[in-house]
Amino acid sequence: MKKRTVIPFGPQHPVLPEPLHFDLAVENETVVEAIPSIGFVHRGLEKLIEKKNFLDYVYVAERVCGICSFIHGLTYCLAVEGIMKIAPPPRANYLRVIWSELSRMHSHLMWLGFTADAFGFENLFMNAWRIREKILDIIEETTGGRVIFGSCKVGGVRKDIKKDNLEAIVKKLKKYSPDIKEITGVFARDSSVKHRLVGTGILTGEDAYDLGAVGPTLRASGVSQDMRKLGYAAYKDIDFEPITEKAGDSYARCMVRIREIFSSIDIIEQAVSKIPEGPIETKVTGVPSGEYFARAEQPRGEVIYYAKSDGTEFLKRLRIRTPTFANIPALVKLLPGCELADVPVLILTIDPCISCMER
Amino acid sequence: MVRTAIKSLFGRPATRRYPFGPKRAYYKNTRGSIKIDITGCIFCGLCQKKCPTGAITVTKEEKKWQIDRLRCIICGYCVEVCPKKCLKMEPDYTGPSTGGREDTYRRA
Repeated sequence: MKKRTVIPFGPQHPVLPEPLHFDLAVENETVVEAIPSIGFVHRGLEKLIEKKNFLDYVYVAERVCGICSFIHGLTYCLAVEGIMKIAPPPRANYLRVIWSELSRMHSHLMWLGFTADAFGFENLFMNAWRIREKILDIIEETTGGRVIFGSCKVGGVRKDIKKDNLEAIVKKLKKYSPDIKEITGVFARDSSVKHRLVGTGILTGEDAYDLGAVGPTLRASGVSQDMRKLGYAAYKDIDFEPITEKAGDSYARCMVRIREIFSSIDIIEQAVSKIPEGPIETKVTGVPSGEYFARAEQPRGEVIYYAKSDGTEFLKRLRIRTPTFANIPALVKLLPGCELADVPVLILTIDPCISCMER
Repeated sequence: MVRTAIKSLFGRPATRRYPFGPKRAYYKNTRGSIKIDITGCIFCGLCQKKCPTGAITVTKEEKKWQIDRLRCIICGYCVEVCPKKCLKMEPDYTGPSTGGREDTYRRA
């Protein structure tokens, strides 16, 4: 008869970027059940909406998460613009697309570094982050901050990028592309990396769809769903396809994120070639009254902002549903059956962003 | 990755050797800290109204402008709304401190 032991995979763990707790029931080093506990970094940011002016709340929405911060601010602006029926000018939409894709690239490169660190390949971790530094330099040059951009506002964007700067950005990205190919080629082909990733944590397509998984976790199991296809903020004029893989294991999730980096470079190039001249903001007058659902695609999946207002300058209710929260049931489903030493890598493959999950 | 590994083994380090070498020059747009030209200030209080964190305090009678450096999130909202354009965003960040850090500027 096998004996069950319960091992806590604690809030503090060297491999986790943010605190998350699992009680793992193991039998002879094979995990049979995983029970999550969340709530270690809850800050009550949804309650703060009742005290802050709706225009000032953009700064709070950006600070919900440090990695996907621009897209949080962007989705909040989409929600308020939807209630007040404001349309930002086309140039603002294209600039928002460019910054979103830069944000996606830096998040995926950061994730590649964490995963390499999780299975002990520190050289690859440092090299992936070395390339990420160059992307952060581009972001700092255009917006002023490395991870908190501060460039989105209700009605448009706050800063403009001049035409020759835009072309310089595309040239730089093309110059870094061979370096990115070399580093991501190690993930794709190295035998020790494949030994850790291939065949572990398999999530079938039906399971992923029924449990409500989003983002690369869902796309790696074969379901083609990408919120950028909804067409917010100039994505309707850009030609791209959601990237899917069929296998559903950790290797497939890794490959989806790698191919999304190259797809982002292509999207930025298209946006820079199509961007029109013009103003970058529309004036906002009055207070919002009504409700709206805004959805966008973060690096980790689909984020939903529901905003409700009743005619004063403080919104009545703001509900944020982040992608990591939707991926936790899928994680609880794919943990049983793996070895104890695989648990850190599996938790990292859904790209947990815990400060987003518990705002 | 052998090519990158050999290049990093025999090439220059990827990091800067600060403080034994120079700092990287800041970009023009880098958000570091807020600077005021107190001779142009009319103490209207717009920056205090618009600051999202409440870091700025303006007293019109004493002609005093105060900023709490540790509360400021360097968003640049005050720079945008100042009617006299006497607030500027500088690329140098506020250094560390062991207590609070409130800077006061008075017009003589």
